[in-house]
Amino acid sequence: MTTTITRRTSPPAVAAPPRKRRGPAAGVVGRTLRYGLLLIFLLIVLMPAYVLVVTSFKSGSDIGVNGQWSLPEQWSTESWAKAWAALGPSFVRTFQLAIPVALISSLLGAANGFVLSRWRFPGADIVFTLILFGMFIPYQAVMIPLRDVVSTLGIAPGIPTLIFVHCVYGIPICTLIFRNYYATTVPVEMVEAAWVDGAGLLRTFRSIILPVSIPGFVVAVIWQFTSAWNDYLFAIFLSNTRNGPITIALNALAGAQSPDYAASMAGALITSLPTLVVYVFLGRWFIGGLMAGSVKS
Amino acid sequence: MLTRVRRWGPGLLLISPSLLLLGVFVYGLIGWTIKVSMSDRHTAAESDGFVGLGNYVDLFTNDVNGRFLHSLRNLLIFTVVFLLGTMLLGLLWAFLLERGVRAEGLFRTVYLFPMALSFVASGVVWRWLMNSGQGDDAGGLNAIFGKLNLGFLQNPWWTDPEWGMAAMAVPAIWQLSGYVMALFLAGFRGIPAELREAAAVDGASTFQLYRRVLFPQLTPVALSALIIVGHMSMKMFDLIMSVSGAQWLTEVPAVYVWQTLLTSDYAKASAISVILLLLVAVVIVPYLVQTMRTERRS
Repeated sequence: MTTTITRRTSPPAVAAPPRKRRGPAAGVVGRTLRYGLLLIFLLIVLMPAYVLVVTSFKSGSDIGVNGQWSLPEQWSTESWAKAWAALGPSFVRTFQLAIPVALISSLLGAANGFVLSRWRFPGADIVFTLILFGMFIPYQAVMIPLRDVVSTLGIAPGIPTLIFVHCVYGIPICTLIFRNYYATTVPVEMVEAAWVDGAGLLRTFRSIILPVSIPGFVVAVIWQFTSAWNDYLFAIFLSNTRNGPITIALNALAGAQSPDYAASMAGALITSLPTLVVYVFLGRWFIGGLMAGSVKS
Repeated sequence: MLTRVRRWGPGLLLISPSLLLLGVFVYGLIGWTIKVSMSDRHTAAESDGFVGLGNYVDLFTNDVNGRFLHSLRNLLIFTVVFLLGTMLLGLLWAFLLERGVRAEGLFRTVYLFPMALSFVASGVVWRWLMNSGQGDDAGGLNAIFGKLNLGFLQNPWWTDPEWGMAAMAVPAIWQLSGYVMALFLAGFRGIPAELREAAAVDGASTFQLYRRVLFPQLTPVALSALIIVGHMSMKMFDLIMSVSGAQWLTEVPAVYVWQTLLTSDYAKASAISVILLLLVAVVIVPYLVQTMRTERRS
């Protein structure tokens, strides 16, 4: 789909239709305009990233109103050290949160997605719609009793509680990712052949479906890892700076009345590093999750 | 019958834990919140007095300084600017990229990268960029405007009491336009090549091709994008907490819930949450039902 109509040669069998031909000048102008716009937008989108990086390498005294957009006079890692001191423990905790969440949610999603993609029981669509609604709700609508429920269930506060809630509220999106994946990429014949051979649903799932599910898992794992890593809402309601994830710690570092911007920005970069690495190296699958989020398969 | 149980029983077994969890933690807890929203639990102490819709009526008619209506107004301004911004930029970027350009991957990757960040992290830099100082005190973007002789663009950003929420939408637009672009790009690429060829055979100009053939094909994508971004807008919390903190100027319902909980007014916080849920449900439920219906037909 990369060829354009004007560039495409007319099909040999059909006489070329009379077409208004634009001069070569118009093409050049159009192309220049297009690349120009693309480049300007590129710079605008990257501008905050420039500010983050540049400011993070300034030392506390190097930040004045003058020259705040310029490169540091002296590149200093002082602010990075300061940010790491404030964020280090929560950085580790967030891995302890996001990795189990990603794995558990994906497994649940794979099981649900498989059953729902193959099992057309009466009312299956209603059940699926009810499941999906769970990923759109504003979590404030469950948060008030949720605090009481998790403590009644005896789940330890902080990371364990957050693992639990992210797994529960991650079920809808993971189910959706796997349902769409199984519905579009795993042939029905494969499943039916297994049944003819007498394999039950569970065995079919374990030995036929799971081995071909890797792409689905990559998408779901990345999605859940990123969501859990970037979450602030559950974190602020269910944890604090001593036992919570990095977003809480970053907000504490940056939210002061007169914040140390250099350290805050170094902290924002530290906070963003894991998800950025995932995005840069596994971008294709990250986008897969984004697309699933709009429900349409 | 027995074979059906044998065939589908395990399936039920496999999904029942998830169904049970969602039943309790989504629908059960929503029910609980609704119950609290109709009680008189305005302090940390337990209280079961039933006041019906009293808390809701109070929010609309009897809130100090019309605080709830003020938060709705803020949300409306934010949502309109946010939606317009992301839809226009997303469509423009997709339009610029859809016919294939050199280094398309690079442009796509950069346009979409803010999606990988948390609002809390990007809020740090946007708080700095949207420095409200002007003239000699200008900082952040205002300083750049000053340097580029674009001083007239200097503005108080989100600290403007009337229209500050429009500025608050700027970082949100930065963060989500790439997502809308990705949706539109997938939409463009899903249009069958025959349609373009047919239009070319009919001698359509490029303008007519887009106006009459391609854009109409994108209507369903545009609707999805509007609904997904729109419902995110109504839930906006992280970004505002990170850029301005919880304060009157930029308060939206999601933030108001948090502020109300800090005072242990559970009944009022629940009532605001339920209204927020209704706002989201009004756009999401028809969308889900419609999507399921289309899917069944195909």
